[in-house]
Amino acid sequence: MSDNVLFEIKDLHKSFGNTEVLKGINETIRRGDVVSIIGPSGSGKSTFIRCLNLLEEPTSGSIIFEGQDITKRGFDVNRHRQKVGMVFQQFNLFNNLNVLENLTISQEKVKKVSHGEAEKRALELLKRVGLSDKADAYPSQLSGGQKQRVAIARSLAMEPDVMLFDEPTSALDPEMVGEVLNVIKDLADDGITMVVVTHEMGFAKKVANRVLFMDEGMILEEGSPEDIFDDPQNPRTKEFLSKVINVI
Amino acid sequence: MNIYEIFLDYYQYFLRGTRTTIVVALLTVLLGSVLGCVISLLRLSKFKPFNLFAKLYITVIRGTPMLVQLYIVYYQLDFIPYPQGSFLGVSLDRVIPCIIALSINSAAYIAEVIRAGIQAVDLGQTEAARSCGMTSGQAMRYVIMPQAVKNILPAIGNEFVTMVKETAIIQYLGVSDLMYNNGIVVTATYNPLPCYYISAIIYLALNICLGKGLNIFERRLQKSER
Ligand SMILES: Nc1ncnc2c1ncn2[C@@H]1O[C@H](COP(=O)(O)OP(=O)(O)OP(=O)(O)O)[C@@H](O)[C@H]1O
Ligand SMILES: [Mg+2]
Repeated sequence: MSDNVLFEIKDLHKSFGNTEVLKGINETIRRGDVVSIIGPSGSGKSTFIRCLNLLEEPTSGSIIFEGQDITKRGFDVNRHRQKVGMVFQQFNLFNNLNVLENLTISQEKVKKVSHGEAEKRALELLKRVGLSDKADAYPSQLSGGQKQRVAIARSLAMEPDVMLFDEPTSALDPEMVGEVLNVIKDLADDGITMVVVTHEMGFAKKVANRVLFMDEGMILEEGSPEDIFDDPQNPRTKEFLSKVINVI
Repeated sequence: MNIYEIFLDYYQYFLRGTRTTIVVALLTVLLGSVLGCVISLLRLSKFKPFNLFAKLYITVIRGTPMLVQLYIVYYQLDFIPYPQGSFLGVSLDRVIPCIIALSINSAAYIAEVIRAGIQAVDLGQTEAARSCGMTSGQAMRYVIMPQAVKNILPAIGNEFVTMVKETAIIQYLGVSDLMYNNGIVVTATYNPLPCYYISAIIYLALNICLGKGLNIFERRLQKSER
């Protein structure tokens, strides 16, 4: 196995009760990859990326991360999550903390970084996402786009090896989608490894180096953005793309 | 004799009783809150036996009259060698079982209030905290609890007010609280109605003060958040 491999996912299954939501996923994610996951609602996209940081516990199969099987009993989940940032559709900023504290709390409490250092890093990150002036604001005082940019900075504060995004722009008003996508694109340009579930086909096409099409708990097709968007092979991929492109 | 005359002649009784009522209520609220926190944590625990125990506890306490609980605690715990002596003129082997029984009772209600307050915090907050690598304890302490407290405090305030009123039953164990002394004055004056009015006014005054105190506390807390 090349040590460029970050995630090696083998025959991943996940059921909720009697419903099988993931039906055998095999996938390799390498350092520097920007992977976009597209597919219809309910196809298991969220469940899949939530398995990658163990917010969902896989039913069977294995996920090797940096050489370790994260599905093994006794695996240190909290350490793993420090290395795998997660950005949610609903932002999920800590409502009881201001923006700066949202970025420092985990650095201080989890990584045991000193307060001064944590703040320094937080301020750098806020600058990077264009929100230096909001350090003292509370989440309730921010727009959706600002919240999501803070959420991205919060994840980056842990210096993760990979970032997971679950429809980061789906809860946003249309005029705020751009500002968030720009931040994500900058991260991609900086070489940060990421997996992005998205309905923004334009974004997937422009930023991703690989696109996965999921339907009914399986990856039905994957390839470069050109392969998937310009020359899809699977009839279900064609059908899905024709629908979303009509919508746009 | 009218209400003023009765109060002027017998106010020491009412004051003595009020003092006992306040002390018992305060101790109950304190112990009940601590025990309630423990029960709510057991209730929220993923460890089945803890969870079941807490559920059973809450069901039993909420499903039986407090007076029955009081007598059961009193007779069941009579093996305990309570310290001799008295406190505010009330013998300890009577007042301690009362405080135990009331605390056990209020803990069940407080536990439910705490559980509801914690569960009302959006699950996404926990997921975000855990995704940053926090342990469940850290997520609870730094993210969930500070938000849950805002849901919990007003409801706990109601619980405290209820508790002050419910202490009235300890007269049945001969604890010289407000109602017990009320009884003494009724017997002495053969004039029950004004006595009950006086007691009602005292309870009401206690609870209005308590409510005001809790309000100030809540407002402080909200200010520190913003
Ligand atoms: N906690 C859960 N309990 C039971 N069923 C669940 C749970 N989470 C997801 N599911 C089910 O699993 C299936 C896949 O859900 P998932 O959220 O992964 O889909 P998705 O591809 O992300 O869809 P969307 O585009 O709408 O976000 C759905 O049918 C959903 O109802
Ligand atoms: Mg989803």
